Amino acid sequence: MKVLVAVKRVVDYNVKIRVKADGTGVDTGNVKFTMNPFDETAVEEAVRLKEAGKATEIVVVSMGPQQAQDTIRTALAMGADRGILVGSDTELQPLAVAKLLKAIVAKEQPALIIVGKQAIDDDSNQTGQMLAALLGWPQGTFASKLAIDGERAEVTREIDGGLETIALALPAVVTVDLRLNEPRYASLPNIMKAKKKPIDALTPSDLGVDVTPRLITLKVEEPSRRKAGVKVANVAELVSKLKNEAKVI
Amino acid sequence: MPSYQAPLRDMRFVLYELHQGAGLSALPGLEDFTPDIIDPVLDEAAKVCEEVLAPLNRTGDEEGCHLENGVVRTPSGFKQAYDLFRDGGWTGLASDPAYGGQGLPKSVNALVEEMICASNLSFGMYPGLSHGAYLALHAHGSDELRDRFLPKIVDGTWAGTMCLTEPHCGTDLGLCRTRAVPQGDGSYRITGTKIFISAGDHDLTENIIHLVLARLPDAPKGIKGISLFVVPKIAVRDDGSLGDPNGVTCGSIEHKMGIKGSATCVLNFDDAVGWLVGEAHKGMRAMFTMMNTERLAVGIQGLGLAEASYQGAVAYARERLQGRSLSGVKHPDKSADPIIVHPDIRRMLLTMRATTEGCRALGGWVARSLDIQHHGEDEAARQEAEDLVVLLTPVVKALFTDLGFEAANLGMQVYGGHGYIRENGMEQYVRDARIAQIYEGTNGIQALDLIGRKLPAHAGRYLRRFFHPVADLIAAKVEDEQLGAFVQPLAKAFVRLQQATGQIARVGLSKPEEAAAAAADYLRLLGLVAVGYMWVRMVEVALPKVGTDADSDGFYRAKLGTARFYMERVLPQSGALFSAIMAGGASMMDFEEAAF
Ligand SMILES: Cc1cc2nc3c(=O)[nH]c(=O)nc-3n(C[C@H](O)[C@H](O)[C@H](O)COP(=O)(O)OP(=O)(O)OC[C@H]3O[C@@H](n4cnc5c(N)ncnc54)[C@H](O)[C@@H]3O)c2cc1C
Ligand SMILES: Cc1cc2nc3c(=O)[nH]c(=O)nc-3n(C[C@H](O)[C@H](O)[C@H](O)COP(=O)(O)OP(=O)(O)OC[C@H]3O[C@@H](n4cnc5c(N)ncnc54)[C@H](O)[C@@H]3O)c2cc1C
Repeated sequence: MKVLVAVKRVVDYNVKIRVKADGTGVDTGNVKFTMNPFDETAVEEAVRLKEAGKATEIVVVSMGPQQAQDTIRTALAMGADRGILVGSDTELQPLAVAKLLKAIVAKEQPALIIVGKQAIDDDSNQTGQMLAALLGWPQGTFASKLAIDGERAEVTREIDGGLETIALALPAVVTVDLRLNEPRYASLPNIMKAKKKPIDALTPSDLGVDVTPRLITLKVEEPSRRKAGVKVANVAELVSKLKNEAKVI
Repeated sequence: MPSYQAPLRDMRFVLYELHQGAGLSALPGLEDFTPDIIDPVLDEAAKVCEEVLAPLNRTGDEEGCHLENGVVRTPSGFKQAYDLFRDGGWTGLASDPAYGGQGLPKSVNALVEEMICASNLSFGMYPGLSHGAYLALHAHGSDELRDRFLPKIVDGTWAGTMCLTEPHCGTDLGLCRTRAVPQGDGSYRITGTKIFISAGDHDLTENIIHLVLARLPDAPKGIKGISLFVVPKIAVRDDGSLGDPNGVTCGSIEHKMGIKGSATCVLNFDDAVGWLVGEAHKGMRAMFTMMNTERLAVGIQGLGLAEASYQGAVAYARERLQGRSLSGVKHPDKSADPIIVHPDIRRMLLTMRATTEGCRALGGWVARSLDIQHHGEDEAARQEAEDLVVLLTPVVKALFTDLGFEAANLGMQVYGGHGYIRENGMEQYVRDARIAQIYEGTNGIQALDLIGRKLPAHAGRYLRRFFHPVADLIAAKVEDEQLGAFVQPLAKAFVRLQQATGQIARVGLSKPEEAAAAAADYLRLLGLVAVGYMWVRMVEVALPKVGTDADSDGFYRAKLGTARFYMERVLPQSGALFSAIMAGGASMMDFEEAAF
């Protein structure tokens, strides 16, 4: 079984995000980038499937600037076999990414696609679902457990109020939640080996996909600062404030 | 509690921008080590240090090591962390690929070592000592011994130690009494007591390979009669499997000021079977060949702890509200201003920062020189690099550990009373940093090594390797419009260093005690000039970047700021050191011993 995993290069979660002065976006100059944590979980799951003898090959795909190659290398160091970089300097929105992935699926013919449920930069939570729809494949989103049994995948999903377990016929798309597993630390020998693993370079036009953004960003701004709190004299005052000022009850 | 984040930005600056030259990968044998390999290695090392080692630092300190039924138990979590560290291949980071190592350049290894020391020095002692044992065996062991022991030390299945110290001999190893008796079959029986043996016993590995200094029956007296032996804790059969215990027992462990997670053991050798490493009676020489690497590593311990303490202090100084800025209230909405507004806090923070960045740069220079020494193509370049390493090794060891301790102490001071409280983690850095000034040759001994061995050798050749680039930089840039302001203070301090050197060279021959009396101050003076030279070079790299897109995070601007502080507020200490050196040693040596 061939597994395809999509990984995104995002601003590291430790970085304190600065909004550009002109409000057009986030300042990414001299900022540390790492692999989207949800995608790390996706890679880890694929590597575990391979270690368990269920997957035969793991192909990682990333899309974006040339530096996304580093993100692919990280996945290769964790245990993926080869990479595909779709180079693009335009902003890639979920629909464009899903279309590019669909074109890669046509070439690679994987039996399983694992992606993070969302990326921590734009939190869209759309790519996996769009891809499944474009392919006409079954999807198991927000997976916190994944079991492969022959031609079927059993996915335990985190939903409001509990867990739901569904069975999917392969090929299928699975989007993963952080609780699925704990990604490993890449070992030093594997980091060295990753450099020698192949990465194919493609462009959106090679894949015949128009990636022009469909959504327009009007403005990006800092969340408003929290105002200082006030002390209330008693419960009655608290209730009244919640009702009349905060209007939450 | 401070949370450590590896200073990767500054590390990459040192590695790629400051000491770039033709790049590490231009050296034969290091072709693989391009940034696309080094960067992920540094990133992953940072992750392991921040997420696995650092969280065990405080708990390891509180719990310490315990000797139970003759076996040392390390603090909770150390074994799991060690397994992860070993499985990740980190024990073989800098080791020879022929024995399963990854062969990383020293320039990279030094940075990883810094991260390990900063996040958990006690933990770092175990793989650190193993690497020491590896170096000695690798350099001097027979092929047979190397094949038997090295692969499992490199892959971390076994650990190693260095057993030099005995109750009556620490600095003066010529007094060593441990005996080695030949058995006629090529092996020896070792008997004696070693003390203060770091990682002497523990539960992290199934076997421990001790490197032991001992005396053969026919040995000449004193330091020229010491030989080096390899003695496994558990016998290793010819097929590599483990046999019986080998007469090495841990008698007790020390109760220490710091590095409490590192077991410091009394080891009793009782007819333990061992093998000679290198030539008979040449044990000290064997030790010295690995000393350069090890002393740099100990210096880096001081640097790592200074960095950890700095990070804690800065975070606290931004949050702690106390007093008002003397130049007018800065945060009227708050009950007081954060203490980072106060000059005294800035003095402390910048002293720490000038130390960490300056020492990181100097350590990087020495590490790079080690790489050239081992991999350089050109004989002359190799020799030059080695000369510089030999000269700067005692300086790096003593200066980094002294400044590191001072920095850790300042970090604690920034915390006020809260720095003195254990839970807050700042006082641990002070306690942990303290040992690095003592072991691996006390700092006093490093200073004697500098003036007694390094300065006079080959008619001052080692020193010239350092003086020439400094003099050249000063001559070329002292008039420079922008750089000049940084070069002038360096030039002033350099003149003092040259004069002090002349003084020591003059008196050293006729009155060695006079020179010895100046040794510690001289080492510090030379060290401050060396760090000052690094600061000017850093400014040289940073200047063209300031104000460009490359500086959108203010990294280069801050470099200039820290450099300025170093030049104006730290380097002038050279004046006081110079005066003390020139005053001579009579005030000490004339003092009547009975009056103490
Ligand atoms: C926590 C810890 C871990 C250690 N780990 C190891 C280890 O793994 N392996 C190992 O073999 N040893 C180890 N040591 C021992 C350490 O290396 C010695 O303590 C150190 O070399 C100093 O020796 P000493 O304690 O006997 O002091 P001494 O030699 O008695 O020195 C006392 C003082 O006198 C000074 N002094 C001595 N001789 C001279 C001289 N000729 N001129 C000027 N000053 C002099 C010293 O600088 C020092 O200030 C460890 C020690 C500690 C505390
Ligand atoms: C073991 C121990 C025993 C103690 N015993 C007592 C006791 O018996 N009774 C008692 O009342 N207290 C006691 N204390 C408290 C002690 O006096 C305070 O910790 C000390 O005054 C520092 O205050 P702080 O800890 O709040 O530090 P902070 O005031 O927060 O100071 C933090 C840092 O900021 C610096 N700083 C603060 N303001 C300024 C400024 N305006 N300009 C420049 N620098 C500034 C300080 O010098 C320090 O380096 C004790 C503390 C300890 C640890």
